[in-house]
Amino acid sequence: MTAVTLRGVSYTYPGAAAPALRDVTIEVAPGELVLLAGGSGSGKSTLLRVISGLAPHFHGGTFAGRAVVAGMDTRDHGPGELAHAVGTLFQDPETQVVTSTVRAELAFGLENRGRHPAQVARGVEEAALALAIDQLLERSTAELSGGELQRVALGAALAGRPEVVVLDEPTSQLDPVAGDELIGLLRRVNEDSDATIILAEHRLERCLGAADRVVALAGGAIVCDASPEEFLAWAGRQAPNLQTPGAKLLAGVGLPPAAGVKRARAALRRADLLPAGPDGAEQEWSAPRGAARSSWRARRRAGAGASAPALAFERVWHELRSGPAILRDVSLTVAPGERVALMGRNGAGKSTLLRHAARLLAPTRGRVTAAGRVALLLQNPTDYLVHETVAAEAPAPALDLVGLGGAAFAVRHPRDLSGGEKQRLALAIVLGDHGDAATRPAVVCLDEPTRGMDRDHKQELADLLCRLGAAVVVATHDPEFAAAFAQRVVLLADGAPIADGSAAEVLAGGSYFATETARILGGAGGALTPGDGAALIAQRAAAREAIA
Amino acid sequence: MIYRRRASPLHAARAAAGCAWCLALAIATLMASNPIILVAVTLAVLGGGVAAGVGRELCRAALWGLPVALVITVINALVTRDGLTVIVRLGDLPILGHTDVTLEATVYGAMLGLRAMALILCGLLYTLAVDPDEVLRLFRRVSFRSALSASLATRMVPILIRDGRRLAEAQRCRPGPPPSRLALMRAACTGVLDRALDVAAALEVRGYGAARRSPARRAPYSRHDIAFLASAAAIVAVSVVARVDAGAAFAAYPGLRLAAAPDAAVLAVLLAAAALLPFADRRGLAR
Repeated sequence: MTAVTLRGVSYTYPGAAAPALRDVTIEVAPGELVLLAGGSGSGKSTLLRVISGLAPHFHGGTFAGRAVVAGMDTRDHGPGELAHAVGTLFQDPETQVVTSTVRAELAFGLENRGRHPAQVARGVEEAALALAIDQLLERSTAELSGGELQRVALGAALAGRPEVVVLDEPTSQLDPVAGDELIGLLRRVNEDSDATIILAEHRLERCLGAADRVVALAGGAIVCDASPEEFLAWAGRQAPNLQTPGAKLLAGVGLPPAAGVKRARAALRRADLLPAGPDGAEQEWSAPRGAARSSWRARRRAGAGASAPALAFERVWHELRSGPAILRDVSLTVAPGERVALMGRNGAGKSTLLRHAARLLAPTRGRVTAAGRVALLLQNPTDYLVHETVAAEAPAPALDLVGLGGAAFAVRHPRDLSGGEKQRLALAIVLGDHGDAATRPAVVCLDEPTRGMDRDHKQELADLLCRLGAAVVVATHDPEFAAAFAQRVVLLADGAPIADGSAAEVLAGGSYFATETARILGGAGGALTPGDGAALIAQRAAAREAIA
Repeated sequence: MIYRRRASPLHAARAAAGCAWCLALAIATLMASNPIILVAVTLAVLGGGVAAGVGRELCRAALWGLPVALVITVINALVTRDGLTVIVRLGDLPILGHTDVTLEATVYGAMLGLRAMALILCGLLYTLAVDPDEVLRLFRRVSFRSALSASLATRMVPILIRDGRRLAEAQRCRPGPPPSRLALMRAACTGVLDRALDVAAALEVRGYGAARRSPARRAPYSRHDIAFLASAAAIVAVSVVARVDAGAAFAAYPGLRLAAAPDAAVLAVLLAAAALLPFADRRGLAR
């Protein structure tokens, strides 16, 4: 008996030229936690939509093959009937929450199934306790944070203990802490209730350690179906873009891949290659706020003799009327051409700080100054797209700069572009006429630009940001992306910077806001990328040999 | 302007009781033909809002409602030909013809305006203090899909407001001349459709498409349920009596006549007391 069986499933969206899934055959046993890997457009989301019955019942299109989920053939049973056995969670929690209180939200699915009120009440309590949201039950869904809302949406998917749970990038909008918590919760639910969990994610390093099995897709077809370690070994040979930083690090020192930080560290320890703890980085990480401020003062003093800053926040406060202070006495300077990553939990004040930089908000106290125009790309690139063609949206030099130049793109409708292309187009829009020195922005700010992006697109964006030449400030939850482009990282908490230093100092000094390489190596040597980590290990091994 | 659970007797009462109470106040507003009674109902609605912890929102709505009431007053004064006491002679006006503004038409217009504002406040009090999810549950046995559509429409309002703000912010970030209003309108409409599609997909996977009728939930009546249901019945009863008894004491046309009616004052006090008494009991508010 399997929880999910797909045999020769092919699916083409209505009006699409090519199928989104091609001859997919897979069996998932009850209680398995399966991770779907693959680049953007590889078919992960479509596979999940086939399992939940949305494809083809909701989307239409052409469906071939057979999909049986919890004993129900999806050709005969639509998503409404499949919902009795399948819990579904999409990327954006805001559009999944349909009632106004958390209790009603958790009860909604159970009531739709016609459960008795006593069963509904029990299902709600159990889901709330399992996800530790029992204290939120009477809260309005309109006043929850992104992390809380995603947890509530997960609770709604899990209420009534479905046999199968499908999740489409559930952590893409969460900070690293909330993301790790969500993956931990999933693992616990999987172990406690024996639910089959099928999870699509781009940040594989986050959930590979929790998975029983990994299914990789490319072009709508399954290209690998293996255990996490076997998948990593395959990715090392066939699909380097799917390899986790930890696996790359181990490969760099000649060890077989291991899934998760703990196993990677154990592998290095067994080979006697694990460097001793952090050297100096931790001091910077644990520096109190005063020290962070004095670091800024030192920067300002050092910068006083040099060129004027591209962007400066001087003791900026943002206090809501009858509400909390979102920014508290923030003082930061960004030098011309400097690339800065702003990190911190959801609600730490990152987006507000960027809005102040672009003058969308005015400080209630303090001052923000910029050496020229500040271009700001907000979280949702679709909000910028208002014209009928790509060419009408942005000037040609800006389109060329972001790689959307040429006749092929010029006539396309902006909303028909892929997620990564929309992001680049929105960037071109805010950059404006980049060829004109008078209107070229002095500072480019981006708010969470990598949400839902695969590794290749992130690298492309990082390269593009390095090429811009202007000062760049990016609010991001993604430490790997920050390590790829940033020279400096500012960590915000509760509206104030708590750490401000080079990327190596900040990203190697903790466990949540740290790259996987730094987590494996415990911050040793400030190594952030697999290449740096492998070089550090080789260097220390050579030093040990020399002493011996 | 959305429902949020607060520690008030009205929020603690079941949706049926809250609905009945708000509906009773609306009925009282429509039935009140005596200005004293109408003022009492309006004050009862405002007082209920303050006691329910939503007074600030109601006062803000009342401020927005004032121009509406004023417009109704002015229109009635301009178009009504009844009344004996002319206060302004406007002569011949285009469309309206010969226009004399009378005191009677102005007072009657003010009553209509006040009635409109009281109705708006009743509706707002319902929105702020009655749990829409419970209302959904209440009506789902009658017409589940209609009830859900209404509930979702309420929930979509704040989401679409947020979307609109985001769109406006994004356009402020564009260098150069702003896009045309038509382009913005098109983008906003496309965004709304995208949102609707997402919500529809979420509803499908939550079993909405194959929704079954669930058995009725029998929860015991709390002290607040009983108090608000009794209050609603009392409000309607007093309104009927006031309509019959005190209504005759007031006439706007041809000349203003507000006979000395101790009954009207007593009924006004009774009505306000019946409406506000349930708020006196503040036991068992938290859920």
